Amino acid sequence: MSQGPEVRPPVVTPVRAVIVLCLVAPFVAMLWVGSYAKVDPAFIGIPFFYWYQMLWVVISTALTMTAYQLWQRDQRVRKASAQDGGASA
Amino acid sequence: MNDGVNGVALAVFIIFFLAVTVVGFMAARWRKAENENSLDEWGLGGRSFGTWVTWFLLGGDLYTAYTFVAVPAAIYAAGAAGFFAVPYTILIYPLMFVFLPRLWSVSHKHGYVTTSDFVRGRFGSKGLSLAVAVTGILATMPYIALQLVGIQAVLDVMGVGGGEDTNWFVKDLPLLIAFGVLAAYTYSSGLRAPALIAFVKDALIYLVIGVAIIYIPIKLGGFDEIFKAAGDAFSQTNPATGNPRGALAPGEASQWTYATLALGSALALFMYPHSVTAVLSSRSRDVIRRNSTILPLYSLMLGLLGLLGFMAIAAGIKVTNGQLAIPQLFENMFPAWFAGVAFAAIGIGALVPAAIMSIAAANLFTRNIYKDFLKPDATPEQETKVSKLVSLVVKVGALVFVLTMDKTVAINFQLLGGIWILQTFPALVGGLFTRWMHRWALLAGWAVGMLYGTLAAYGVASPTQKHFGGSSKEIPGIGEIGYIGLTAFVLNVVVTVVLTFVLRALKAPEGLDETKASDYTADAGDPGVVVELPPATAGAVH
Repeated sequence: MSQGPEVRPPVVTPVRAVIVLCLVAPFVAMLWVGSYAKVDPAFIGIPFFYWYQMLWVVISTALTMTAYQLWQRDQRVRKASAQDGGASA
Repeated sequence: MNDGVNGVALAVFIIFFLAVTVVGFMAARWRKAENENSLDEWGLGGRSFGTWVTWFLLGGDLYTAYTFVAVPAAIYAAGAAGFFAVPYTILIYPLMFVFLPRLWSVSHKHGYVTTSDFVRGRFGSKGLSLAVAVTGILATMPYIALQLVGIQAVLDVMGVGGGEDTNWFVKDLPLLIAFGVLAAYTYSSGLRAPALIAFVKDALIYLVIGVAIIYIPIKLGGFDEIFKAAGDAFSQTNPATGNPRGALAPGEASQWTYATLALGSALALFMYPHSVTAVLSSRSRDVIRRNSTILPLYSLMLGLLGLLGFMAIAAGIKVTNGQLAIPQLFENMFPAWFAGVAFAAIGIGALVPAAIMSIAAANLFTRNIYKDFLKPDATPEQETKVSKLVSLVVKVGALVFVLTMDKTVAINFQLLGGIWILQTFPALVGGLFTRWMHRWALLAGWAVGMLYGTLAAYGVASPTQKHFGGSSKEIPGIGEIGYIGLTAFVLNVVVTVVLTFVLRALKAPEGLDETKASDYTADAGDPGVVVELPPATAGAVH
């Protein structure tokens, strides 16, 4: 695979770890039903169970957006460094 | 349902329906490409849709009229359990972010129109591709039928279609007209028709939900009152089961069901042919990723919509058929003209997905049955022709299904369809990331999953039905009640993995993989990726 001394960017980077976290968090939060299966505290009369999950729509959207931004940046950086380091075949 | 026809609501409904019909036929001229006679054109809208069109199209496609009727109906019937649709739609988007750009890239690079095209190319197996295609068609047909059920619910509440004693032809005439019109513009405009109509549909839906979520609670005395009334109603014993009717928050015992239903449904959604069709019609990878960040707006709406189920209880709506609860709530609460707008939203909400689903099923038939098995040398013109015809056949089939059989049959099949379609996940999503799995192992895993899922669902009884009474059953080995589709999926994966080891040890022929690693990350503008087909005229509409 590797061709000579040229160093390939590592597959796992801190930025990518954050991206994975952003994408995994909604699964943990939503599938752990026991953490939110209750009526109190209510918000404007809506039981916790319902407003909490709707809040997570917003949170997961923010997380996916973050993942998107980070991913765009990651790709840009990679492209730039690939060009700097000369085209590897 | 109602005494007499609601004239004002009906008039508003008809006006919107006519407007949408005009839009549907005009769509054929919208962003028209030079070469009309290719399946890319008719079946994928020229693969040209940008972020916003895709957003409307996917939103109109995934959140169907049936969803609008069924989700609040489930909450009306049992409370918390029906709300799983919200976590389900939350989980879709991280998944979409991860695997759909890869599917987009490889499909563009190789001109794949359907998921089965990809599976055939990746695993070099016509058998596996056929299995995926047949599953897709089987799962889509009842889904189209349920869109009709959505329109029927609205027509019923408006008092159109008459009671039980009217002549069947008069009774079903409005539905026949609606479907005839839908079939005609889908035939002539292809995917462009639902793409344009989706704008109207979603605008109406957002308007109606926005008004309903503010106006109805004010009329009912606020959310406090609504949930108090709902809590009281749920605590009463259901004579059929001897248990309370429902709950405001799921109890210990039903939490597994809730989570597995959400996860299983989320995994299944983008296996449906109509979802993939909408994704492949987008212009670039970025359009898909961007959409995974803006589509959740629909989930929020779905959550609010779910709350309408509680409002129906608080408003004292009593219906034997839960699916009529929400249309009936609109009729009771809103002035007649706005009820008409709400009904139009649901009715048009049925047309968009029905059109996309019939196109998707037709593409599957054309590409993976007709071209692969019946006429390998079919030209693009012939493919398009066959696809157009099949889209008609599919719709007529759905119509016959709804008119001749009991509604519960369609619902049962849709439930089965969800379980079935999930069994194509290992081949499709697995295939996007690795070629490790053996094609025969995938086929065996699929068969086991299908068989288990069907038998398990057959064995579920409910107070009203002996078979197909629900989608959850005890998970073998765990003892909790969980979604059958997900259990079948796990079984499917286990069989696939074990058999792959066996087949590899036996050195069974692996089949040819026509894709390369770089195909999965290719983007618009890269060499070999077809960008939008050349437009017919400069300065085309819009």
